[in-house]
Amino acid sequence: MEVPPAVTMQGIRKAFPGVVALDGVDFDVRRGEVHVLLGENGAGKSTLMKVLSGATAKDAGEIRLDGRLVEIEGPRHAQSLGIRTIYQELTLIPQLSAAENIFLGKEPVLGAGVIDRARLHRDAQGLLGELRVDIDPRDKVSALGIAQQQMVEVAKALSSEPRLLVMDEPTSALTEREIEQLFATIERLTAKGVGVVYISHRLEEVARVGQRVSVLRDGRHVATHRVGEVSVPELIRLMANRDLTEHYPKRRVPRGPEVLRVEGLSRGRVIRDVSLTLHRGEVLGIAGLLGAGRTELARAILGADPHESGRVWIKGEEVRVRGPADAFRRGLGLLPEDRKTQGLVLGLSVRGNAALPSARRLSRLGVVDAARERALARKWVEELRIKTAGIEQEVSRLSGGNQQKVVLAKWLAADVDVLFMDEPTRGIDVGAKVEIYELMNRLTAQGAGIVMISSELPELLGMSDRILVMYQGRVQALLAAEDATQENVLRAALGHSA
Amino acid sequence: MTLAARLAQRGREVGTLLGLVALCLLLSALSPHFLTVSNLLNVMEQTSINAVIAVGMTYVIISGGIDLSVGSLLALAGVLLASGLASGLPPAVAIPLGLLAGAAGGLANGLLVTWGRLPPFIATLGMMSVARGAALLYTEGRPISGFEPGFRVLATGRLLLVPVPVVAAAVVYLVAHFVLTRTRFGRYVYAIGGNPEAARLSGVPVRFHQTMVYALSGVTSGLAAVLLTARLNSAQPIAGIMYELDAIAATVIGGTSLMGGSGTLGGTLIGALIMGVLRNGLNLLGISSFLQQIVIGCVIIVAVLVDSALKRPGR
Repeated sequence: MEVPPAVTMQGIRKAFPGVVALDGVDFDVRRGEVHVLLGENGAGKSTLMKVLSGATAKDAGEIRLDGRLVEIEGPRHAQSLGIRTIYQELTLIPQLSAAENIFLGKEPVLGAGVIDRARLHRDAQGLLGELRVDIDPRDKVSALGIAQQQMVEVAKALSSEPRLLVMDEPTSALTEREIEQLFATIERLTAKGVGVVYISHRLEEVARVGQRVSVLRDGRHVATHRVGEVSVPELIRLMANRDLTEHYPKRRVPRGPEVLRVEGLSRGRVIRDVSLTLHRGEVLGIAGLLGAGRTELARAILGADPHESGRVWIKGEEVRVRGPADAFRRGLGLLPEDRKTQGLVLGLSVRGNAALPSARRLSRLGVVDAARERALARKWVEELRIKTAGIEQEVSRLSGGNQQKVVLAKWLAADVDVLFMDEPTRGIDVGAKVEIYELMNRLTAQGAGIVMISSELPELLGMSDRILVMYQGRVQALLAAEDATQENVLRAALGHSA
Repeated sequence: MTLAARLAQRGREVGTLLGLVALCLLLSALSPHFLTVSNLLNVMEQTSINAVIAVGMTYVIISGGIDLSVGSLLALAGVLLASGLASGLPPAVAIPLGLLAGAAGGLANGLLVTWGRLPPFIATLGMMSVARGAALLYTEGRPISGFEPGFRVLATGRLLLVPVPVVAAAVVYLVAHFVLTRTRFGRYVYAIGGNPEAARLSGVPVRFHQTMVYALSGVTSGLAAVLLTARLNSAQPIAGIMYELDAIAATVIGGTSLMGGSGTLGGTLIGALIMGVLRNGLNLLGISSFLQQIVIGCVIIVAVLVDSALKRPGR
């Protein structure tokens, strides 16, 4: 009889409000195998692994461990079943020591809940030594560098013998030497029969660690191949190749004068020497993977985060932006990534939100002219066809698409020259998306410039005049719309030359 | 870890301790009555009640919460304890009854926070009013007194010259410090306050431990009720008003972050002593109680300002 796989996932479904993250995904990992999981941002890799590790509950589907059907109840249950996970965002407690973090949730005790500190430190030392990392287990995690923290996270996952190890981008902050140690560790584990799921954006790692590779796209399983049977370009094609059925109502307008220029902008390891220009009437798309520095770039230009070096010109004049309020006074606006926490004041009405950046203009001696405010809100509700019970409706009660339109109304009302849009259509239904695109057209027709950050390649290709691709904080490629394809943009986003 | 690194980790506590020492030196220079054995014992005795409440508060704040109900729970536990004593129950029965009352109130806080998903501020604000009302209702607003003389030993007794309330507070601190630093429970309190999602993903039973932290705070309020009732030889339904603020102040002066995840009981004890010494010294110097409030408020603000200035990255 054939040995059943270490884990089999069948027909896994998971929907979040407004988006289906996983749509019937099948996936399995054999004992002693490294199975690489690939996909673009939002393809569903992390969600699939969160379902497996008990962090997220699935809506439908089956999970079998060694052929036995299991219902994973939560992270603690998953761990007791031998599933250990290294999450993409580090899950360390900064105030605790390395050893305390490694054994969090399964401390060795002397009895009565009293922690056996000698054993805790000895065992942590042993694990760290096995990984050949030089960290004192008593050091606080907050005092460690990011690479060291990542190795602590690895040690944490190995603290009890796993049956299945899930690694979500474990190498993103590691140096080559540490990566080698990690791969050696993976080899030791697989030799003992442990199954490994390995998520990475570094395609060159696929052949180095994996035996099989699967690709997810838009929450669906697209393909599974043996490593070696499939080339890197083929993998990129599998990841990118979406049906371009959606219609993008892009209207090109003649390019006007330069409205924004950035030269040599740097901030730590996050943004490295980025230069760009934006003209009136133009949409500059910014592509890149999570963590490539796209949002950080926008925040730095808007003065929300400090930057060490770089010069910024707005409307031809060199400026030092002192903060978001200063940026907005100079005609820059931001449609943030997360409209609920950054774009809207959820407890306020449609009127209150739409008029917020214009409050200065609408008020005299600090008192808001209520009639003018209402008129402004009514005008935009009508023009943008915001579906609301009225301008006094709380925005928290609107749908995602209509909320996004309220955020846009804020900036349309304030007459921006440059609008940064960070994931403008995330979690919005198709009809509302098209309306957002129409509004972008309208802004460019009025002579504004738009910087659009998006993880949706078709949208970037459909709406941009030029596409700037970022990789690890740098500009990896700058492509004109005519030359950009899903494949060459994704190739650049993965760090290869476009 | 090197000695220097260990000292650096203890730095915050050492800094607060230096503040306390400086305050004591200043006061002994200003008043001949300050640095006497009887006055210092007096300060410790007066500090013991706030210090005991601050133990539970420190746990709650490290776990990322706040407990505004401690003063009211003290009053409720106090009147229940007193009515037990007054009706002839022996202290060995009545005292656990008082502690149980505190624990029950704290448990309710915890359940409201974890299962009711209420912000701790709101849950304990509600409990603050409910427990106060219950204490007033139960006593019809009148104090309860008339206990057997043996009970007063808890206030007037001495163990090797040290007043019993001071000994009691010291024992509470030793046990609570051990639990916080050496046990799994203590570790989880830090983890939950530091990053609740990471704690959950690491398999920490977050809700259970969070609930227990509030119950513990109720127990320390109950303990403080025992000490206060013994000292006053009566229980008042209006006892403990504003005690929550003193406990929060002691905790924060002691270096515990209101953001959760960090703090020590050693720091809290020093913080409570700073508050106690300051009150005592200002009294000795004959400074009006109105002015005292201003001074104490300033000390709290300055302590936290200095703390956050030192913590700022890249200093």
